[in-house]
Amino acid sequence: MSLTPADLTSAVAGGIGASPQRPDGNLKVRGEFAYASDLWHEDMIWGATLRSPHPYARIVSVDLTEALKVPGVHAVLTHEDVPGQNRYGLEHRDQPVLAEDVVRYQGEPVALVGADHPETALRALKRIKVEYDVLTPVVDMETAADERPLHPAGNVVRHVPIRRGDQRAEAEVVVTGRYEVGMQDQAFLGPESGLAVPDEEGGVDLYIATQWLHVDQAQVAVALGLPLERVRLTLSGVGGAFGGREDLSMQVHACLLALRTGKPTKMVYNREESFYGHVHRHPAVLYYEHGADRTGRLVYVKARIFLDGGAYASSTSAVVANAATLGVGPYDVDNVTVDCWGVYTNNPPCGAMRGFGAVQAAFAYESQMDRLAEALGMDPVDVRIVNAMSEGSVMPTGQVVDSAAPVAQLLKLVKDKPMPPLPAAVDLRDMPGGVSNTTHGEGVVRGVGYAVGIKNICFSEGFDDYSTARVRLQVINGEPAASAHTAAAEVGQGLVTIMQQIVRTELGVERVTILPMDTGIGNGGSTSASRQTYVTGGAVRAACAAVREKLVKLAGGRAPVDLVDLLGDDVIDETVEWRHRATERIDPVTGQGNAHVQYGFAAHRAVVDVDVELGLVKVVELDCAQDVGKALNPQAVLGQIQGGSAQGLGLAVMEEIQLADGKVRNPSFTDYLIPTVLDMPPMSIDVLELADPHAPYGVRGVGEPPTISSTPAIVAAIRAATGLALTRVPVRPEHITGT
Amino acid sequence: MRVNVTVNGEQRQADDVWEGESLLFLLRERLGLPGSKNACEQGECGSCTVYLDDVPVCACLVAAGQAEDREVRTVEGLARGDRLDPVQEAFVEAGAVQCGFCTPGLVVAAHDLLDRVPKPSDPEIREALAGNLCRCTGYEKILEAVRLAASRKEAGA
Ligand code: FES
Ligand code: FES
Repeated sequence: MSLTPADLTSAVAGGIGASPQRPDGNLKVRGEFAYASDLWHEDMIWGATLRSPHPYARIVSVDLTEALKVPGVHAVLTHEDVPGQNRYGLEHRDQPVLAEDVVRYQGEPVALVGADHPETALRALKRIKVEYDVLTPVVDMETAADERPLHPAGNVVRHVPIRRGDQRAEAEVVVTGRYEVGMQDQAFLGPESGLAVPDEEGGVDLYIATQWLHVDQAQVAVALGLPLERVRLTLSGVGGAFGGREDLSMQVHACLLALRTGKPTKMVYNREESFYGHVHRHPAVLYYEHGADRTGRLVYVKARIFLDGGAYASSTSAVVANAATLGVGPYDVDNVTVDCWGVYTNNPPCGAMRGFGAVQAAFAYESQMDRLAEALGMDPVDVRIVNAMSEGSVMPTGQVVDSAAPVAQLLKLVKDKPMPPLPAAVDLRDMPGGVSNTTHGEGVVRGVGYAVGIKNICFSEGFDDYSTARVRLQVINGEPAASAHTAAAEVGQGLVTIMQQIVRTELGVERVTILPMDTGIGNGGSTSASRQTYVTGGAVRAACAAVREKLVKLAGGRAPVDLVDLLGDDVIDETVEWRHRATERIDPVTGQGNAHVQYGFAAHRAVVDVDVELGLVKVVELDCAQDVGKALNPQAVLGQIQGGSAQGLGLAVMEEIQLADGKVRNPSFTDYLIPTVLDMPPMSIDVLELADPHAPYGVRGVGEPPTISSTPAIVAAIRAATGLALTRVPVRPEHITGT
Repeated sequence: MRVNVTVNGEQRQADDVWEGESLLFLLRERLGLPGSKNACEQGECGSCTVYLDDVPVCACLVAAGQAEDREVRTVEGLARGDRLDPVQEAFVEAGAVQCGFCTPGLVVAAHDLLDRVPKPSDPEIREALAGNLCRCTGYEKILEAVRLAASRKEAGA
């Protein structure tokens, strides 16, 4: 019998399907894990950023004289000091590193200071004199296309039309609605930060909290006018991301200061600056019309969706494509007419946030499904089940859904869960308003709501989406030991644990080290679109397979073999680039095409108590069912579902960046509220594992789907309690009380 | 100004401290103890929670000078050598740590809770942790961790 790669793996603890502890867990609970804001370097200086106070203005003059006089200041820089191209951007290079003659949003960086103490830097910032000629900002996403162009090609970043089936289809029952989604913030807890260390040859090393090292590297190098190899990035500890670290923040700025002063430069935003320093979730206005027959079957869906991209494009093009292609939700609809526009305004730039376009659409289409149920006198879950897509269904893009799509099953699972009991006695802590003692139960009404959502997993529309992994195997101290190296960013989700688990399973080796993530290895792709377990997981698995092939050669047909004997002093070291199956761009006129790699689904049931007199909402329970294909790490899967659902709850009832004429009115955790442990109810969760045959281990991306259906389920529950239409999120008390 | 303070049992001194500096800045940037975190620096998130003379405070709200001649215990001072405190151990085991930026503050807050209330009910845990924001976990596993730590401490006591 000859040896095959499969013979070389033996079961070891902590492989896939188990929930071993995170390799960085101990450091994190001890306070010893080095986040980007914790970095320190001998002789380092602090960078700070002067930002525009105006959403739209011409810069008449900038005077640095007084700032340069402040003792302790090492450099004060403007756009004139950007040695390369003063433009960056994920999809369009339209954003200046430092503003030139115009600022397009409040908070746009204008100048930088490097100083010996953060306070010195702030004092110097105050002494920079900028004269602005203030212009009237463009702030309305619905009319922006026809207003003064903010960029040379006009104010439409992208328009995606979808045309499928009969465009004139008619139906017996028609419901329409206009919905609004406010601007949500990722509100990751670790502020933007990094440390740039200049080298002797005019290059720089940047230690940074980001979601995608290689795309940062490319943009930084262009701005610095340096070849790629002179700009090296290493991931430092990342305090959450959720899309907010896909775009550059202080990356180029810190490098500019470091290269100019020759000193290591640290930049750390405070919370207020963080609100200005990253893109947000696109606010949206959505017009929907659903037509159905008397049994509830959808005949057609028509939608017009506006997404406010703010001052710069960021990832607006891809968000528009998502909102459009996923715009009817996880339902079978033969006749679809969708138009989605992403536009430039002078509002803060918007880009990626967990759920990425699917969140906005889901609030509208799920609200519509409830309206339809009401118009038909049907149960809201039944009307969804009647239309639920399944494997083999055809998307509005014409793409066939070719793996599990258990939409009806997910809905049934949440529907069949036992209801939380009504409180037996009055405990203020269970009441809307809590211990502020606003009610003892008077005026409190319970409501139940349901929602289900769909999300594309991985990068879409023909993007060459891949990851690179290097796996080494050798004997250390008489024991086989492996290491894995990628550039894929660990942002808290637990990719480092997943990588260890995969190597353990594939190589049968318990000791697995995950090397620091850096640009010393090929691209790992973005930590977004719920893609890292799929793509980097796929790459690590493929690299392990290559290592096993080498082992087989080494064994030369001998079996059985002991790994330690077999390896001896040899080191097996394999690097593999792995890509998922290709997708294609959609047709620009009809929106038809196989745009997406995989679809993920989750459903929620929300139970709420509403104090209808004060408009206060208490979410009593939030239950979820989700198909994850294969739970590589069940504990981490639950963590994603719980955390994702919490962010959906935030959008439903509290989270919004409030704008007035383009200005942010609440850039703090005092005024921008995110759910606390008092807001987040217990969750009962069902995880399905219906393997996707196209994906490594059958996995299906986990991170985003729970954020999508959580919001509309909660709003549906509030509607059920109050009888109000509630067409805007977040729902505020005044929407409920009508005051 | 000069600040003398006992941190995690050690007498420490920092020179050239600027009047407006917070205890958080002192710990993180002058004393080499970045474990306490800087998520908001506005007293809203609890990520900077430390003990000041045995009372948990937001280090970002305390002026560095106020710590003069007092005792500070940070997250770095909870473990005994290699042995994690039961609260720390439970956070890792329960999966209460994702990005971990909230963790130091939550660990200190939970540590304080279990000192005061060895067997807290869920509402008591929620109340005690209400000042600590976490953006990653949705709090479920944090609750689990505190319950686990409480049961371990009880078993060990
Ligand atoms: S950093 Fe002190 S409370 Fe947020
Ligand atoms: S684990 Fe990331 S903020 Fe709590």
